[in-house]
Amino acid sequence: MSVLQILTVSPSPHVRSGMTTQKIMGLVLLALLPAAISGVIVFGLRALLLMLFCVAVCLATEAVCQKLMKKPITITDGSAALTGLLLALNLPATLPFWQAAIGCIFAIAVVKQLFGGLGCNFANPAITGRVFLLLSFAGDMTTWVKPFYYQGLSLGNMLSSSAGSMNLDAVTSATPLVSGDASLTALFLGNVGGCIGETSALALLLGGLFLIFTRVISPSTPVAYLGSLGILMFFYTLATGGDWTAVPYALLSGGVMIGAFFMATDYVTTPITTKGKWIFGIGCGILTFVIREFASMPEGCSFSILLMNLLTPYIDKLTMTKPLGAKKAKKEEA
Amino acid sequence: MIKKLSGVKLAHHKNTEHSASQPLPLPKLVRIPMSMHIGAPCSPLVKVRETVCVGQKIGDTDAFMAAPIHSGVSGTVKAISDFRMSNGRTCKCVEIETDGLQTVSDSVQPPSISSKAEFLQAIRESGLVGMGGASFPTHVKLAPKQTVDTLCINAAECEPYITSDNRQMVEAPEEVIDGIQQVLHWLDIPHCIIGIESNKPDAIRILTEKAADDNRIQVVSLPSTYPQGAEKVLIYHTLGRVVQEGQLPADQGVIVMNVSSIAFVSRYLKTGLPMVQRMVTVDGDCIDNPCNVIVPMGTPVEDVLTFAQCDFERVNKLLYGGPMMGMPIADVQDPILKANNAIVAFANAATPKASACIHCGRCIQACPLRLMPPQIAKAYQKKDVEALQTLHVTLCMNCGCCTYACPAKRPVAETNQFAKAMVMAAAKK
Repeated sequence: MSVLQILTVSPSPHVRSGMTTQKIMGLVLLALLPAAISGVIVFGLRALLLMLFCVAVCLATEAVCQKLMKKPITITDGSAALTGLLLALNLPATLPFWQAAIGCIFAIAVVKQLFGGLGCNFANPAITGRVFLLLSFAGDMTTWVKPFYYQGLSLGNMLSSSAGSMNLDAVTSATPLVSGDASLTALFLGNVGGCIGETSALALLLGGLFLIFTRVISPSTPVAYLGSLGILMFFYTLATGGDWTAVPYALLSGGVMIGAFFMATDYVTTPITTKGKWIFGIGCGILTFVIREFASMPEGCSFSILLMNLLTPYIDKLTMTKPLGAKKAKKEEA
Repeated sequence: MIKKLSGVKLAHHKNTEHSASQPLPLPKLVRIPMSMHIGAPCSPLVKVRETVCVGQKIGDTDAFMAAPIHSGVSGTVKAISDFRMSNGRTCKCVEIETDGLQTVSDSVQPPSISSKAEFLQAIRESGLVGMGGASFPTHVKLAPKQTVDTLCINAAECEPYITSDNRQMVEAPEEVIDGIQQVLHWLDIPHCIIGIESNKPDAIRILTEKAADDNRIQVVSLPSTYPQGAEKVLIYHTLGRVVQEGQLPADQGVIVMNVSSIAFVSRYLKTGLPMVQRMVTVDGDCIDNPCNVIVPMGTPVEDVLTFAQCDFERVNKLLYGGPMMGMPIADVQDPILKANNAIVAFANAATPKASACIHCGRCIQACPLRLMPPQIAKAYQKKDVEALQTLHVTLCMNCGCCTYACPAKRPVAETNQFAKAMVMAAAKK
């Protein structure tokens, strides 16, 4: 060697973009902030507490799982925190903490870590966690408090008020998806009953546009999802002679907005190519429509995304890119 | 209009675009490897203690796929040693102590040419290889079996930092035009297209002016997106032609030549001075005086770095070429080679720690050829050669866009190369 210290010798390229996994997760968390804030405004401090609780449980679960499996602990990548926040935003503000904890543990331990951790899960942990809770605690998971129910409650009461601990009859309301009585303005702003983060279409739209603008997500999925659902609803109302407002009503109510922008755009569990993302989004739209209109459940957003998650490997296979100058393989795989 | 291929937007760092080329002070010692080209290495034609002159041939071989080696200095052969090249193989290396006289060899005479065969022979004798980095012997490239209708000049210079091609075009555009006209004439090619990235407006303007008199030559501005200089991308963006898997550009009727190579053709035919020196851009965050220098072949990298006031204390990584496809240099005593358009010195180039793939698809979006690196990586892990073939991994040209774009900092392009090697090895069986 010469005057120099040891030189680094490594394969090219020798520069990398500034984008990191951590940054992506951070941007998505940031994009969820408007929805989270609107959730706290509408549903009070208990919503905030539930969000922090879910994030903490998810982080802890991830750390414990990785410790047990003797893997490096990667909770700083932000993915577990994101799952926690997403799941919390999909819960009613009054859900008992212990139930929320079960959902978080299920999402991280079973759905994510048992399948190999970040990048290896076949279904979206937050959605699966929500569906798991919905099937396990159907009552508490569908008890919706009225917006601003907390006004007049003492702080202690507000924070402890969970579906099981107090008589909520006075403050509960059906979700507008069932009752169908909310105004479009209320739906857009979020002044309706529902899960913490899914009520304000405006807040979700802000976050979603932020993600599209920062190129974290491709617009294909939300456009395909909302577009196909909107078109189906349009023809459905035409056929059944309903009011045209059913179309925006369907798009603004329930979990469609949060689903289209934040769940159906999850990298790991949705198709990787643009073509695949269109198929995925349209599939979600069709399934949501079918479940809402023809099945026994009022809401089909989570189930439709979950079902499409399962189809993702097949969509990926069908939408492989055609490289420039690629010669056709001798025997084309079906 | 064809849809442009993707790539990545890079910071250009063309700090030296206005820095006029200047000669490097004569080094005390040059070490000239007998292989500065793709193909068979040359055997030394000189012995230890023999005196050599500028332009004297010091290495040659009978192999077709090779280019002879000449000395760029006058002096005495000090040793003939073994040299380990960056691909890991070794070749002989002639070490010459310079005498400072720069006596020019009698053999340096403009070649007299009256036929295509003589033209190709002259190109071989000049020792010219592709100067853009690939170091493919030019006389081989200029003699394809296929019919060629277009000479495509690669003046994209898409790598960050490097400006030596740009300086060639700005300082001596007439050499570029003359070189093109010579090749068009002797090879009977009707058309030439020059592709230049839009971040070099001076070069585009000057060459467009110079080429105005010759309606065979056309200058095209390319988007400033890396990698415009990749052969397949260049041919697609300038001519709309697709070089198919396993094909060479000549199969599509195209010969691609680097702009500095074509300028060299002009100089050689006028002066007879073979490939003994070249312009090198020296830049990077450890270089206090980024510049373009004319360097004799075999000059130790250290001499070039010293001239450019390199902060040796801080250097962590040295590259032959740019940061996207450049080869790392293991030792500052390593020589400047024919295809060496730049030396880039970085203070901190530690490889970032890789984390799990999150299937974001940024690599697929960045790939100019639309390959699918995540799928390739999975198939490679399973050693599934058939799947790798279906994924057309052999198309990968290692441009590095995928690795650059990866937020998980995975060695994506590197894995592609391993997968490609696996497919190639299986095909040989």
